[in-house]
Amino acid sequence: MSTVFPPEPQLREADQDQPLYVPIKRRSFFMYAGATAGATALVLAGCSKSDSSPGTIDVGAGDAGILNYAYALEQLEAAFYAQVKTGGYYTGSTITAAEKQIFDDLALHEAIHRDFLKAALQANSITPLKDLTPNFSSIDFGSRDQVLAAAQTFEDTGVAAYNGAGRFITSNANLALAGKIVSVEARHAALIRDLRSYGKFVDSDVVNTFSPSAPATAGVYSGEGTPNSTPNTQGNGNPGPGQERSKRPPQILQAVNNFLADGSKLSAGSFA
Amino acid sequence: MNFFQIISEIEKVDPEVYDRLDSRRSVFKHMTGLGQKLTAAALPLAVGAIFNKVYAQTPVGAGVNDVLNFALKLEYLESYFYNNRTTVTGLSSQNSAALALIATDEANHVTFLRAVLGNNAIAAPATTGVFDYTAKGTFPTALTSANTYLAIAQAFEDTGVRAYKGAAPLVMTNKTVLTAALNIHSVEARHASHIRAMRRAGASSTTPAQGVPASPYTTAPKSWIVGNDGGGPVPGTTDAIYGAGNNSNAPSGITFESEANTTQGGVALSSSTITSIAFPSGSTAFSEAFDEGLDVGSVARIANLFSVTGNYFG
Repeated sequence: MSTVFPPEPQLREADQDQPLYVPIKRRSFFMYAGATAGATALVLAGCSKSDSSPGTIDVGAGDAGILNYAYALEQLEAAFYAQVKTGGYYTGSTITAAEKQIFDDLALHEAIHRDFLKAALQANSITPLKDLTPNFSSIDFGSRDQVLAAAQTFEDTGVAAYNGAGRFITSNANLALAGKIVSVEARHAALIRDLRSYGKFVDSDVVNTFSPSAPATAGVYSGEGTPNSTPNTQGNGNPGPGQERSKRPPQILQAVNNFLADGSKLSAGSFA
Repeated sequence: MNFFQIISEIEKVDPEVYDRLDSRRSVFKHMTGLGQKLTAAALPLAVGAIFNKVYAQTPVGAGVNDVLNFALKLEYLESYFYNNRTTVTGLSSQNSAALALIATDEANHVTFLRAVLGNNAIAAPATTGVFDYTAKGTFPTALTSANTYLAIAQAFEDTGVRAYKGAAPLVMTNKTVLTAALNIHSVEARHASHIRAMRRAGASSTTPAQGVPASPYTTAPKSWIVGNDGGGPVPGTTDAIYGAGNNSNAPSGITFESEANTTQGGVALSSSTITSIAFPSGSTAFSEAFDEGLDVGSVARIANLFSVTGNYFG
């Protein structure tokens, strides 16, 4: 995290001996938060309300925040596929046997993810987010093209979201859980993409398919968080070749909020 | 013992090592103080204590470099395999084009891992004489028959997904390496999904995404894993790819279950715990909805089937 906000020797020296409760100026607060991974959650916990966009629900901090973030995404996916199954494309006569089977499975998988996450949150004494109200008014559920395009958006978003959230997870078990779900989302995403246009399962909008003309210099890969990289607080900056273009929670939620009704829109102030 | 040389070496794969040692770098001030008080003989002990604290989550013998070099070996196995695709007959043009995309990704994974490891990377294996895609004669048509080739491709991709998933907690101290590993992990899962679609519709199909899966999913698999997938593409040889792993060195809080696992995070998944949707009788969705990680040792045993010496992967 510290390389997102380049070390500033003066500041680091100055704040080194300050206790957490000393009031600090707003600008330096963010540097402090960026430079102090361990204290970020603690500090932001007291600030998340004022830092959230007005009218949004913040997913919270720490592993609990990431689990609720995942729960929110799975709520949206499950609601989407439930609506697909009642829509004109799925119930019509032109859908292929393969596509019907796929949407049956996706609806079950995402409902399982959603209900499981809620149960897991409750089992760990974490209050789950409220039931979110989706807004799918931009999607024509009678149109194969529109349903597949929206499904691709949700699945690709899910993959990018879990990948980008991994760095904020602190427990082995929660990281493993996220990993168990994200690869299934990636399997979904690849297949939906292939249904739309065969061979797009790893297209360049989701995977860095760039082939370096010469091997990168040993030890100086210029990815996120490494020296010489361009700081990028949103996505994964510059994913290495052959890698998924993952995204940080605020960037994901910007897109996801388009599919949530007012009063259900989300923010993730702790996970920039 | 050159302390700063060691730190410098670690920094190559762990750019955040300084922050991890101490987010204010004041450890180096402390070291100065320590150095004045400690004899030369005692210093290595003090350094060891610092590293134990910093890398306590990493099991002995599974340092970040070791994990990355193991991943690199797997990527070489895959990359060389896809480079051999041109001798395979029976693929539709759509499927040949798709394999070329996967070949590019795998070559990129090799390039990336070599760049991260720098001088610590293993030597590149020779393109012949190291890997045996026939698995010592088990698959004589490995590089000629499309059906055999795709069966092995599925085995490699599904193993790759399990390997990266299982290893993620071993590199989670380094957020850069972790994010990269996750970003490779999902690409392997996309590949696995695609190869499975190809097998489902048939290697020569010109509408490869429209295949219909058929139980027990050995020759016409879903794009996700149903239970143990009937033992995988070649039951008897590929069973371990879908089976349980070895938990003896598992990071705390983690077990390596079989792909048929339906208990996640202590929650037993069934139609009585997941009630918001109606499940068809005998639904396999509870296992399909989650993939499972696999430990390094179990992955090595699977990969060694394709090693000429039988122990390239350790």
